Parts: sequence; structure tokens; C-alpha cells
Amino acid sequence: MSDSSLFQSLMHSLGLGHSDFNGGIHPPMHKITAAQASEVSPMPPVLIVPLKQHIGEACIPLVQIGDHVYRGQKIARADAYVTASIHAPTSGKVVKIEDHRIPHPSGMGLPCMFIEPDGHDTIDPACLPIVNWRENDPDLLRERIRQSGIVGLGGAAFPTFIKLLRDRHHPVHTVILNGIECEPYLTNDHRLMLENTRQVIEGMQILMHVVQAQKAIIAIEDNKPDAAEAINACLSKQRLDLTVEVRLMPTRYPQGSEKQLIESLTGKQIPAGKLPLHVGVLCQNIGTTKAVYDAIAEGIPLTERMVTVSGDAVPKPKNLRVRIGTPMRFVFAQCGLEDFDDIQILHGGPMMGEKLRSADIPIVKSSTGILAMHTATMQSVHKHEDPCIRCGHCSIVCPIHLVPNLLADHCRNNQFDKAEDYHLFDCIECGCCSYVCPSNIPLVHYFRYGKGQLAQLTRERRFADESKARSEQRERRIERENADKAARRQRVRAETKPVLDGKNSTENDGDAS
Amino acid sequence: MLIHISSPHMHGGNSIRITMLTVMIALLPATIVSVYLFGWLAVLHLCLCIGACMGSEWLALRLMGRPTTPVLDGSAALTGLFIALILPAAAPWWIALLGSIFAIILGKQVYGGIGYNPFNPALSARIILLISFPLMMTTWVVPMHLGGSALNLYDFNTSLQIFIHGIQSIPGHLDAMSMATPLGHVKTAATQGIPVIDALKSYDYNLLDAFLGSEAGSMGETSALALLIGGIYLLARHTITWHIPFSYLITVAVLALIFSSIDPNQYAPPLFHLLAGGLMLCAFFMATDPVSSPVTPLGQIVFGVGCGVLTWCIRTWGGYPEGAMFAVVLMNMAVPLIDHYCRPRPYGRKT
Ligand code: SF4
Ligand code: SF4
Repeated sequence: MSDSSLFQSLMHSLGLGHSDFNGGIHPPMHKITAAQASEVSPMPPVLIVPLKQHIGEACIPLVQIGDHVYRGQKIARADAYVTASIHAPTSGKVVKIEDHRIPHPSGMGLPCMFIEPDGHDTIDPACLPIVNWRENDPDLLRERIRQSGIVGLGGAAFPTFIKLLRDRHHPVHTVILNGIECEPYLTNDHRLMLENTRQVIEGMQILMHVVQAQKAIIAIEDNKPDAAEAINACLSKQRLDLTVEVRLMPTRYPQGSEKQLIESLTGKQIPAGKLPLHVGVLCQNIGTTKAVYDAIAEGIPLTERMVTVSGDAVPKPKNLRVRIGTPMRFVFAQCGLEDFDDIQILHGGPMMGEKLRSADIPIVKSSTGILAMHTATMQSVHKHEDPCIRCGHCSIVCPIHLVPNLLADHCRNNQFDKAEDYHLFDCIECGCCSYVCPSNIPLVHYFRYGKGQLAQLTRERRFADESKARSEQRERRIERENADKAARRQRVRAETKPVLDGKNSTENDGDAS
Repeated sequence: MLIHISSPHMHGGNSIRITMLTVMIALLPATIVSVYLFGWLAVLHLCLCIGACMGSEWLALRLMGRPTTPVLDGSAALTGLFIALILPAAAPWWIALLGSIFAIILGKQVYGGIGYNPFNPALSARIILLISFPLMMTTWVVPMHLGGSALNLYDFNTSLQIFIHGIQSIPGHLDAMSMATPLGHVKTAATQGIPVIDALKSYDYNLLDAFLGSEAGSMGETSALALLIGGIYLLARHTITWHIPFSYLITVAVLALIFSSIDPNQYAPPLFHLLAGGLMLCAFFMATDPVSSPVTPLGQIVFGVGCGVLTWCIRTWGGYPEGAMFAVVLMNMAVPLIDHYCRPRPYGRKT
């Protein structure tokens, strides 16, 4: 709400009370796997590694069918800027490269590399740790992070090194470790904080070194006091000379969304179209921080991640350390789920995750969790849509302060310019609005539709502009060529004129006569 | 059944029916008070209005060839309950019936049913009734517990007779059975040039009665206390937010305070305004009707202030003693505009 945000910013500027983001909801958390130690998933018979696992461009394969690869060996190269390279999750043989379904609601396929593990899990000898990273140049560490294929492991899969770029005009003073994990069911970051406390903290120090930040905040939702304790204990044991603060945040979804977390911690909003570094902070997820540690201090690129396997249809829910590329069917089988009749699979948490069409899809870098839900449970959520009764609950809970019901109206009526005017693209698709809607309106569905249509429109417009420009260019070229030709002809004529002139004239004369 | 691909795959469980039910529960204290004050008459009106609203909704949906399930979503029943609570107890059955049919058919279904009506159906029905049948809509029977009433409304037969044939059919002097509302009394006095203070004195007005509800008025409007309890319940359940009721009530109070301190003879004091007439009901239940009020928090404040200003102006300078219903319906018209201009500032953007 705008008025309470005014109140909050007032309180914050007076130094009273802690700041907070607006809106949000309190869904049941279902953190069934929180108290259970994670397990290491066995190696599947075949790993299916998609060649694009991040926001941005796809990668180009570096190995061929039949090649032997080591764990951590780069198997696909990232050429574009916003991209991350791919590494072999284990040692084995490349058996084929072909299109396969990836975790995407459309069930779309992308080129994937199929690797048959050789059972030795030999690490690429070229993978070397940077032990004395403290003495190393931040740029070198960042390059290693880039080369290690690290992306945001909280679900967004944005290449991490881009967030680590230093900007002379916007120095980063604070590194925020996002240990909020506000999505129901998911506990993978929670387990990492408990089981890999030291690694996470060293990863944080690496990040601080890379961006040359003086301060760090580790933000943990107050439903995980054990994680905060573990981190505090580890910090006091290490007696760091850096300022590190552990902050327990009230449990409220979407506290873990980067924008909302930064607002809660600093009272500052990231200006539209800007990055966290513009308010002087760098925000990294716990899993990502652990991956940074692995890449620098252990020398192992991103090949494994913690995945929460849960949901009401999973007999033995747990957290598993899974190699990228492991088929979900294989992962679910570790948790006692083999029969997928009347079961729906979600990739990610229930609030922002996508529904998948099949279990024969590999775990990717962005797989925070995979949930199996009974179809009946899902049906009870996705009910018949009633008309909007304009209750305004959606506006109250929207952490971005949009007016979801009006925005959805514009999207539904294909009034995309109006939707843009209502800041459609600011929506983070957190789903709070749909969650509270008494009329069961799938608001986020309309927003995705609207965004897709708008993107399409923009593409078409650009294409039309380009082809117009092209045809104009072509016309100009033809004109120029014609003009050139004419000029040449004239020149030729002019050059030959003296000779021909008399003849011509005599001929003409003759003709005339 | 369709399972959306789009997240979220969780839902808070709220529904239109739950929302309507919550409002009905919130109206329970006021409903009980109305039965206490007006006996069987209140019961008869309640039954008729709720039945008629649901019946006309069903009929309208049938005629339009639409599914009839919305009849049970509680919104028609709630409209019926509202109509019963804003009618004078002495109104005969056909007024209640007309009002109900009008509210549902012309106030709601012609616009496309729930969610599309620009005005609060119950309030628009009341306005039409007031304009069409001014006398019947302003004849107020003396509430039961005030004593001295010639009528025993706890007697089913007496109530039924009034309900069917109107209060005129009861032998006895109409004046002995009816009385003016405080607002009406003050208005009449004002037209005769009697100062407000004297008018209140001659009415035997006291704030406690007005707060508890022992005065003449529409069946569910008299007890500010009962309505306040309901309003607080709605606030606690997050069915409504504070924006509309508070901005509305505060505006009325502030205006009354300013003017009554300038000229106490001409302008009634703030507490009188707050406790009188339909203000409490309008502020907590009618103006907060989701469909016909703004969705944005700032918009709701603007809306509430607008309602407050209009209410006070109509009460003070208008032709009718009570202005709350007109104010709300007038402000309903401005809602699309308010919503458009009172959008909150999105995260990270400057206005
Ligand atoms: S929550 Fe649903 S019913 Fe309420 S205003 Fe938003 S879209 Fe409409
Ligand atoms: S999904 Fe978009 S519109 Fe809905 S609450 Fe989240 S940010 Fe707001």
C-alpha cells in the first residue's frame, strides 16, 4: 500500500522501526524436509545435460559424440555475453546430442548432451582450486566464476558474473546473502546453511572480495532459527574481521525476492530498470554462494546442486544433492515415487514454479525443487474462475504495488498499451495476487499472456521496422545504382561524343532529310 | 478440469461465498438489534427481502440462459439482508419486494451480474424507493423497547397486519405509533428556524441512546454499537481495510466539528452526525462494498473523503435529512476515474 510505504519510509528515515516490504502473504509453508539431513543422489544410467540452462543464449557444444569427458570439463561454450558455459556433471562418454524436453511449461525441447557415466566420477585434472584467493585479483576470481558456469541457483538462473561486475560509479558496499527461502516446501538453502555453513561463509567472503564490499548481511527467515544459530556459531569461531550481520526476517512471502529483500534490509527500492548495485548492494542466494566457494576454493565448476524433492504425492520427501542432468524420474524414485498416474509435477516451489508435462526431464541449474502433487490437490487450487468482485485484496498484497485486477483486465482485453502503462513488466510474477483472489482469477496467467503478446508485438514491430528499413535501403541502392548507371552512360556518351557527334548529326541530318 | 500451467499452484482458500458470509456474520449484531427493536416486523422483512433477492437473481439468470449457481454465492442474500436493514420497519411487504427486485434486476443483473454493477444494489434500491414512495419510506414506528408505543411488535399478528396492510390499517393515531428520526427532527426544526440545540433538546436526544440504538430509524441503522462491532469484525478478518470507513467517518466528523464550532445553532455537533442515520452502516458496509468501491488504497481514501463531504453537505444543506446513501451512490459513479488516477506508485518508480 502506498500510504503505509510512505509511513514506513518515514519511520525508516527517522531511524525508528525496521523497514519492510509492502504486501505479501502467509501461505502454509509445508517445510517437511527441513529437519532431515540431505542425501547424495546416486548416479543415473544416463545424464541429460541441456545446452541452455540460464537466461540468455544457448551454448555451443565443445565435444563430440563418442568423446570421453571428465567431471567439470567444459562441454559447451558460452559465446554471447549473457550466458554461462556448461560442464560435464560426471566422467563418462557422450552418447548423443539431440533435442530433449527441458523444464519448461510448454514441454519444449532444446539440444541436450547425453552422457553415460563411467562410474569413476573422475574430476577434470584441469580443475584447480584457487587456494590463496584472498591474495588474488578480483577480476581473476570473477573470470573463474564465469568460467565455472555459475548462475543464480534460486530459480532465476541469471549468470552470476554479470552481477559481480564492478562499476566505478556504483561501488558495492554490502553483500547480502539471501537465506530467506520463502517458497513453501523448499528447504534446500536451509539444509545448505546447516550442512555447509563453513563453505557458505567462505563463499560469502569470496563474493565480498570480488566486489570489494566491506559489509555483509546474511538474511534468514525467522522460521529457520537453527540456520541462523549455525551461521552465528561458525562466524564467532572464525572471528572474521569483516562486518557480518545475521538478520532474522519475519516469515512472509515473497521476502526472498531480491527486490523485496533489499527493501526490507535497507529501506531502499531499486529504481526501475536498475540493478541492486545501483543501491550499493549485491544479493546472492545461498546455493549460488556455495557454488562460488566450490568453483574457487575447490576448483569444481557447477555440476551439482541441492534439490528439494517434496510434495503431497512423494512418500519419502528429502533433499538430495543431485548432478545436473539427472532425470527427474530417477530423482523421484530415490524418494519412493515411481508411479506418476494422477500426479502433477512442479519445477520450483508452488508459488512460482512451473507445472511440467512429464517426469522425463532433467534437473537443471535452476531446479530448486521438484514437487509431485496429487492431481486432486492441484484441481482444488485451480478452480473455476469467477468474475472479479473488485475486492482490492490483490492490490493490497502486491509487493510491487500494482493494481492486478485492472492490469489483468487490460491483458484479457488485449489492450497491451494500457497494460504497459499499468507497468505490466514490473510484475515479478510472485503470485500473491492470485493466491488471495476470492474469485480464483489466474491473474499471473493473464500477465504472462500479456507479457508474451507484448514481446511478440515488439518483435513484430522491430521486424517490420527492420524490413521497412531494408526495403528503403534497397530502394535507395537501386536508385543509386540507376543514377550511377545513368551517370556512367552519360559519361560514356560524353566521352564518345566528339567522335560520334558529327556522325550522329550527319546521320540525323540524313534522317531528317 | 483445467489445471493452469501458470503459477501459483497454491490458493489461500478465500472465495466469493466466504467473503459474503463474513459480511453477513458482521451484520449479525445489527440484525439482532433490529429484531429486538422491531420484533416480528423485522423477521418478516428479513425473510421476504432475502428470499426475494435470491428469487429474482435465479429468475434473471434463468431468463438470460446463464448458469444459476451464482444464486448461492451469497451476494444476493447479502443484498436482501441489506435491504431489510435499511427499510423502515413500517414499510409494507410490497415495498420490500419491489426494492429487492429492483436491486437485483436493475441494480445488478442488467449490468452483467456480480462484479459488474457500478452502484451498490441495495442503496440504489433504497434511493428509488425513497423517491417513489417518500411517505412510506419515512414513517418510522417507535422501537419496541422505548415503551409508550401503542404497538406490540412482538405480537406476530400485529406485525403481520402492518407488514401486509401498512401501519395505517392499525386502529389508533399514527402519531402515537410513529416518531421522527433525530436527523429528520433536526432538519424539520432547521426549516422552521429552530436552533439545533433546542431541536435536540425537544427531541430528548441523548448520545448514549443514539449509540446503543434506542431511537427511530431504519431497522438495522439505529445501533451504532452493533454496526461498529460488525465493522471491527470485518477489519479484523481483513475483509475490508480501514481506508474507506475511517476516511469517511473522519471527514464527516471534521466537517461537523469545524462548522458546529463556528455556529452551534445552525450546525449539529460531530458526535450527533456520526451516530445518526445510516452513516455507520454506510461507512462500514455500503461504501466498502467491494464491487462498487475503488480497489487502490489511495483511491479508497479519496472515495471515503468524497462520501464524507457529500453526506455532510446533503444532511446540512440538502432537501433530505439523510445523505449517506446518496453520497455513496454518487461516489460510486466516480470510482473508475478514482481508480485510474489513484494508482499506487509501483516499486522502484517515481510517479
Ligand atoms: S483479488 Fe480477485 S476479485 Fe479481488 S480485486 Fe483482485 S482480481 Fe478482483
Ligand atoms: S504476481 Fe505481479 S501483480 Fe501479482 S502480486 Fe506479484 S508482482 Fe503483483
